[in-house]
Amino acid sequence: MSIEIKTATLEPIRHTFEHTKRRFGDKPASRYQEASYDIAPEQNFHYRPFWQPDKELFDKSRTAVVMEDWNVHKDPRQYYYGTYVQARAKLQEITESNYAFFEKRGSAGRMSEAVRAKIIRCLVPLRHAELGANMNNMFAFSNGTATVVNQGFLYNAMDRLGIAQYLSRIGLLLDGNSTESLTLAKEYWMTDPAWQGLRRYIENVLCVKDWFEVFIAQDVVLDTLLYDLIYRQFDDAITEQGGSDLAMLIEFMQEWHKDSSRWVDATLKTTVEESDHNRTTIKRWVDDWREKAVADLAPLADIAVGDTAMAASLDVLNQRLAKVGL
Amino acid sequence: MSNRKINMKEKYRLLTRDLDWEYSYRDYKEVFPQQEFEGIKITDWSKWEDPFRLTMDAYWKYQAEKEKKLYAILDAFSQNNSQLNVTDARYVNAIKLFLTGISPGEHQAAMGFGQVGRQLGGVGARVACQMQAIDELRHVQTQIHAMSHYNKFFDGFQDFSHMHDRVWYLSVSKSFFDDARTAGPFEYMVAIGFSFEYVLTNLLFVPFMSGAAYNGDMATVTFGFSAQSDEARHMTLGLEIIKFLLEQHPDNLPIVQRWINKWFWRGTRMLSLVAMMMDYMLPNKVMSWQEAWEVYFEEAGGSLFKDLARYGIEMPDYAQTAIAEKEHISHQVWSMFYNYGHATAFHTWMPTEKEMDWLSEKYPNTFDKYYRPRFEKWREMEAAGERFYNPTLPMLCQTCQIPMGFTDMEDPTSIFYRQSEYDGERYNFCSDGCKDIFDHEPEKYVQAWLPVHQIYQGNCGGPSMEDVLGNYYKINLGVDNMDFHGSPDEERWNIWHNLQPAEDKLKQAS
Ligand SMILES: [Fe+2]
Ligand SMILES: [Fe+2]
Ligand SMILES: [Zn+2]
Repeated sequence: MSIEIKTATLEPIRHTFEHTKRRFGDKPASRYQEASYDIAPEQNFHYRPFWQPDKELFDKSRTAVVMEDWNVHKDPRQYYYGTYVQARAKLQEITESNYAFFEKRGSAGRMSEAVRAKIIRCLVPLRHAELGANMNNMFAFSNGTATVVNQGFLYNAMDRLGIAQYLSRIGLLLDGNSTESLTLAKEYWMTDPAWQGLRRYIENVLCVKDWFEVFIAQDVVLDTLLYDLIYRQFDDAITEQGGSDLAMLIEFMQEWHKDSSRWVDATLKTTVEESDHNRTTIKRWVDDWREKAVADLAPLADIAVGDTAMAASLDVLNQRLAKVGL
Repeated sequence: MSNRKINMKEKYRLLTRDLDWEYSYRDYKEVFPQQEFEGIKITDWSKWEDPFRLTMDAYWKYQAEKEKKLYAILDAFSQNNSQLNVTDARYVNAIKLFLTGISPGEHQAAMGFGQVGRQLGGVGARVACQMQAIDELRHVQTQIHAMSHYNKFFDGFQDFSHMHDRVWYLSVSKSFFDDARTAGPFEYMVAIGFSFEYVLTNLLFVPFMSGAAYNGDMATVTFGFSAQSDEARHMTLGLEIIKFLLEQHPDNLPIVQRWINKWFWRGTRMLSLVAMMMDYMLPNKVMSWQEAWEVYFEEAGGSLFKDLARYGIEMPDYAQTAIAEKEHISHQVWSMFYNYGHATAFHTWMPTEKEMDWLSEKYPNTFDKYYRPRFEKWREMEAAGERFYNPTLPMLCQTCQIPMGFTDMEDPTSIFYRQSEYDGERYNFCSDGCKDIFDHEPEKYVQAWLPVHQIYQGNCGGPSMEDVLGNYYKINLGVDNMDFHGSPDEERWNIWHNLQPAEDKLKQAS
């Protein structure tokens, strides 16, 4: 009897917070919605930044693209912190057992010297490029306006640091912890003509001031090309040359790229479809950076896979852009 | 292939520091344009000591385990309607203050550490800041989720984000974080990383988290505990930044000392809201604010500054003023909020007789002498049906934005008051600390969005109190605000617990 009374009188007085109610209606909201939408400050900022006195904190004018409401975006993965770390924890568990298996099986020793050398020349230097990607995504995170958009960049930034660390561990697995491979890879990154284009591209993106342009240059254009080139085409090429165990070491990057692409595509699509102004602005950035990226990556594509590789990756990028009408 | 053993420190170096490279296509200063304008001199980033060595794979793993446990408890909390287990419904007002005042600060911290996590020129420091950025995002999100269930049963939580941008007392914490984020990257690190996270953090979290534990609030206890290991990392980062800056160049010392002075005072003023929460809003008391202050600032902070003396760092200016205020501050701030209880999104009330006795015992030098008589008078007025509300708008301190109501420690019956002139205008301050901060950077603090000025200027929805409080702040008038006694919160609580309404009790007693 007393239980009955309790349930009868314990009716909630509201279903969710007002900010989620205004946006999604008067019904229970998901954890993703409550913790992502409309939680960033929007007005009445107290002081202008010393480092950029012409703007406010969370200023919308830090990018040339315009959204009437940045909170119309949605991450199809619905990542907030909790779901994000749990998804990555699963992926890292698989990766950990892959790396342990690779080591236990003595896979590094079973690879030919040539294959090992090729991986050190064409894959391991990417650890530096991933640090650049980390910084670029951190830039977008800290310059954006709405948390529902910004948090995706923060997760991406941390992912890229993680990938840079996995790539370094690949080097250590291949050189038996002598660290020679990392020294060598850095030399390639700094001086090898095959890598200079990519390094220049990254350094250039690090100086871009518009955070959405950074997103286009890094996450849309460069990543699409590079992840296809290395984690698909180069992986195939190495398998053909007897290095199929490499697949175990790069499964994280492949799975991560699939996952991350869902967010990249959604973010791109929503922004492009907002207005002709956005479409034109983004189109201009895409054209610009695509041209640079193809030229800058071509020497790497040549030595990593072969002379048709760049064109194949460009195809993948163009198909992806076509899906959002670019 | 036989593998060489590689130690943790070396491995961490290879997995973070060694990822960096010297730019040659672009200039270092183009990539890190914010590094020099504050006057801080960095000669060698490689001297940065990593405050913790956590690679991303380990981070994902540990944090996912923590999240899994946390959300399991939050799920059970709502399934079992555990909000019914708190001591009494007055307690819930403490966590309304937390969600509206503190959680948005976690969000600001996430953005701020993201900013420095991109802008600092050393990769070791950047990576440590990035991890704090994502931790702070965790904090705001887990806090929203922990409060989500309370929001379904109590008033005042529902519009925390909207309110944080507008409501007068919330601009105390908003302006604090805006101040830090609009400063340069090194000041931000000294402000939030060191002064806040290291020196004052215990005075924020111990009162709230122990308060929750003493008052049956499992949701808050759980996120508090779960955040502890994050906070331990944040503290080591805060200490490292200070040591690093001071070891880099002797010219950094006066700049850092000035920042410590400023942020100690700014933090202390903001914590006065925590002081009132601790002494007045917890039905089950943990310890008094004065006791907490003595343990966590005078003792712990004292030995910290002794430690830092070898770098030439001294105890912050006005530490003595803050120490003198410890016997007064909570009573004065609670008085202000009781006065303006019609303009708050949480409830206020006068302490019970038993609670007053506790205050007398804890504050033997001050409570009976200065505060009890006033409180007893207000209680009488309430019993006579004339609960006191102050109908005027308060004057705010230009720096900390708290109403001008702190008294002179030399003469605790008169209000302390300072003024400065800048560009032909006068500005008011609650303390010498706040005045000094203004005088050093007047061009910054004249920009402050002072809620009371904004109301007078007509920027807050209109001239009437209903316009401001109801339409602009979105306080549900007569529901979220006013005294706890007679509130819908109280009424529902009594129904859930088959309790007699307080009014009936009062009638019976008289
Ligand atoms: Fe935090
Ligand atoms: Fe923290
Ligand atoms: Zn003040």
